[in-house]
Amino acid sequence: MKGTNLGEFEEVVLLTIAALLTEAYSVAICDEIERITDRKVKLGVVHSVLNRLEEKGFVNSQLGEATKVRGGRRKRYFEVTHAGKATLQKVKSQRDELWKLIPEFNLKMI
Amino acid sequence: MSNKSAHQPPRWADRFLEWYCRSEILEDLQGDLYEHFERNTISKGKRKAKQIYCLDVLKFFRPYTIRKFKIVNNITSFIMFKNYFKTSVRSIARNKLFSAINVIGLAVSMSIGLLMITFISEVTSFDRFHTDGDRVYRVNNKYQYQQEDPTNFATTSVAMDERIKENIPGIESQVLMTRGFGGDAKLGDKIIPISGLWASEGFTDVFSFEVLRGNPETMLSEPHSVVLTDETAEKIFGIADPMGQTFQLGEDIFTVTGVIRNPPFNSHFTFGALGSYITFMNKNGVGEKGERWKNAWNNMWMNYVYVKLEPNTRVEDVNQKLLALGETESEKYEHITITASLQPLYGIMAGPDLSNNIGNSIGGEIIWILGALTLVVLLSAGFNYTNLSIARSLRRSKEVGVRKVVGATKGQIFNQFITEATIISLISVVFAYLLFMLIKPQFLGLDPSIQRSLQLNITPILFLYFFGFAILVGILAGFFPALFLSKLQAVQALKNAGSTKLFSKVNMRKVLIVIQFTLSMAFIISASIAYTQFKYALGFDLGFKTENVLNVRLEGNDWQKVQTAFSSIPEITQISKSSMITSTGSTYAADMKYGGDSTELFYNDIDENYLELMGHELIAGVNFDKKTPDTDETEIILNEAALKRFNLGTPYEAIGKQVEVDNKDVTIIGVVKDFHYNKIEEGIESFGFRSNNQGFYNVNLKISSTDLPATMNKLENAWNELDPVHEFDSKFYNEQIQSAYSQYQIMGTIVGFLAVLTVSIAALGLLGMAVYTAETRMKEISIRKVLGATEGSLISLLTRGFMWLLLISAALAIPLTYLFFEQKILNDIENRASIGVLELFTGVIIIFGIGILTIGSQVRKAARANPAQTLRSE
Repeated sequence: MKGTNLGEFEEVVLLTIAALLTEAYSVAICDEIERITDRKVKLGVVHSVLNRLEEKGFVNSQLGEATKVRGGRRKRYFEVTHAGKATLQKVKSQRDELWKLIPEFNLKMI
Repeated sequence: MSNKSAHQPPRWADRFLEWYCRSEILEDLQGDLYEHFERNTISKGKRKAKQIYCLDVLKFFRPYTIRKFKIVNNITSFIMFKNYFKTSVRSIARNKLFSAINVIGLAVSMSIGLLMITFISEVTSFDRFHTDGDRVYRVNNKYQYQQEDPTNFATTSVAMDERIKENIPGIESQVLMTRGFGGDAKLGDKIIPISGLWASEGFTDVFSFEVLRGNPETMLSEPHSVVLTDETAEKIFGIADPMGQTFQLGEDIFTVTGVIRNPPFNSHFTFGALGSYITFMNKNGVGEKGERWKNAWNNMWMNYVYVKLEPNTRVEDVNQKLLALGETESEKYEHITITASLQPLYGIMAGPDLSNNIGNSIGGEIIWILGALTLVVLLSAGFNYTNLSIARSLRRSKEVGVRKVVGATKGQIFNQFITEATIISLISVVFAYLLFMLIKPQFLGLDPSIQRSLQLNITPILFLYFFGFAILVGILAGFFPALFLSKLQAVQALKNAGSTKLFSKVNMRKVLIVIQFTLSMAFIISASIAYTQFKYALGFDLGFKTENVLNVRLEGNDWQKVQTAFSSIPEITQISKSSMITSTGSTYAADMKYGGDSTELFYNDIDENYLELMGHELIAGVNFDKKTPDTDETEIILNEAALKRFNLGTPYEAIGKQVEVDNKDVTIIGVVKDFHYNKIEEGIESFGFRSNNQGFYNVNLKISSTDLPATMNKLENAWNELDPVHEFDSKFYNEQIQSAYSQYQIMGTIVGFLAVLTVSIAALGLLGMAVYTAETRMKEISIRKVLGATEGSLISLLTRGFMWLLLISAALAIPLTYLFFEQKILNDIENRASIGVLELFTGVIIIFGIGILTIGSQVRKAARANPAQTLRSE
């Protein structure tokens, strides 16, 4: 298994999957990230990140039901694994720790 | 329907994705892309969406999406290949007749292919031994008289060499060469004829002939220096060291300053010796006349200029400057325009046919023609394979069905049949090689000029080409059958095995047969037309008599002595001399002026006996008197066409009028009847007999002998006594004319040979098809027979289909060949045999005869078979 570090974009993708619950497939993930972060996201990038996350064991995937759109091709739905959840938790607690160390005035917008 | 397909992403992109993508992720990835595509179609339009789709497909070509081409796969395919090989060999062995037909057909046509490969690789290997030869170019002149069609020459003027040096930058080195160096070299009392070129100092800079002795930089810079080839040096000096030795050549003493290895076979020009150009220049380029000669832009018949460009010089730039130079220089001349351009050294051998070429060249056109003919023969054999394989596929459809059921993919079936075709073509190439060794000497022997410029040596690399060629032929021949068979549906193939429903490709087979026979007929018709034209040219009445005239090269001997020697032989009834031999393709031309008008006058220098000996008819005036070598030229005898050209009136009126020829005033003293002084393809224009009395090169002897070999012997003895150095070079006039028309003969031979090949290949194919038809329709025939059909009606039933195909071929071949010859080949020829019904229909009749014979034999066998036996075997 590869390193379990989580890159910034990987983290965003992982969080989005968790947020989308049962509707998390690549195109939907793409759209959601675009909506929240307001930045252009390429399908290819998301795809490769999903692939990487799966390799790292943070997400699971399975094919859904066939539909009429997409030329009858099935979607691959993703869900966050236990390891993924643990990593997300760990990242969040690390961030929180850091946040706590920062005196309030330092972050005031000037 | 069309609306729906318009919303499909590009098919090739989809296919590409399906090809490279791992099967696990293909479906959802493709689905994602489709979703995007549909979205883009709405938001950005169809075209843009398609573009994005293609781009995305390309972008997804990444390590994690690519299908793993595992080593295991390779091993399987290797094992499968062994299996293909085995099944192919078995199938070839099982169908001996079909395999034999295919192998014979392919071997015959591939032998021509091998000949072509050898030929082309040899022609393109010429002159490659020169270092930096890719930067060496020859300056070719284009000569145009008034508005007539320009002629291209390999030669240029002496002035060109000078002008290039002065005006054109970017040239590293250049050499000027002129024909005519040589003669009899005298060393003591030894006389050795040598021949070669005058060459300027740049020779060794431009070319890389191997210098054996002497300093390449300086060996051609001093007057009266000569560079010999090792062969010539040995002839003159034997084993003694030639360096620094002297010998006499004409009036001059030459010193040997260098030795060059004999030019290799694959050089486009050869020489025995090189004279330093400055010697030639000192003799011809001095005085007022010499200056004129040196600067004359139209003195372009004997000289060659080769240049080596600097590495960064662009050919187009030089060509442009040459064109501009030619245009300004030509302004000084009234009627002519002479421009020049560069021809790459490597392209000379296979380049266009040029006048005054320095050596032999194989015209690029000939290469194309031969190449095209070879392709036609190859196609014919390829069609055979395709046809027979598709016909046979009926039988093999079951095999394909079983294979597919067991799990063979389309690609595997395809590979199997391609392998089979390739094995056949590899077997064929072995036989083809043997045939090639047989036809090679025949090809080289077609014409002396072919033998002089080609050897067709087999080099190791050629075997590689041959092998590649065989593989290529196999793949191409097997492509259609393999495609056809691999597309069969397993269920269909197993269920309907034997049904003709599988034969959706029947029409293609018919088309192929028609093409094959059209080509065969076209070949036969062409061969017979060429032969007729050859016969016609030989039997043509030229307007004078050439029977029993022997032309002997004078070789620079004293005319008086020759005449005395030959006169003593009683079989010789008449002797005359002439500068050239008319009607054999070469001409001499001079400038003729009369009353402000001018034209090109073709001429021959003759003596007083010539007209009578050759049987020319003087229709007015008188013959020349006997002249001595130092008499000035004051008289001329013209032909009728020249009178008409200048409006000189009737022959009687023309006598006594003054015309100007080569800036000399001459009086018309006679008029001869028009005759064909050039080849009969050309028309008759102004021609004159001159009495310049210098520059005779030929002796014409009229012989009346009952024992020709004895007379020839006598002549040769007389010659050898007179001139021990030169060989007795004599030819009968009729033979000379015949060899002038040898092009028709060669063309007839080549095309005839190819015709025989294509016809036999096509006939073999037909035989195969007939055998196949007879076999598959055996039961039908038997039932018909039982029901009372006669043998004759059965034969006509089975033959009808093929006969229709042959008829269609004939209907195509006759008009096409006729038009081709009328419009393209015989169009420019002034005197030609008309294309008769006989020539056109011989081919058709021959093909029909062969066709009926091959089909008939098979059909008859089928029709005569005992129906009880064929029906019982059910």
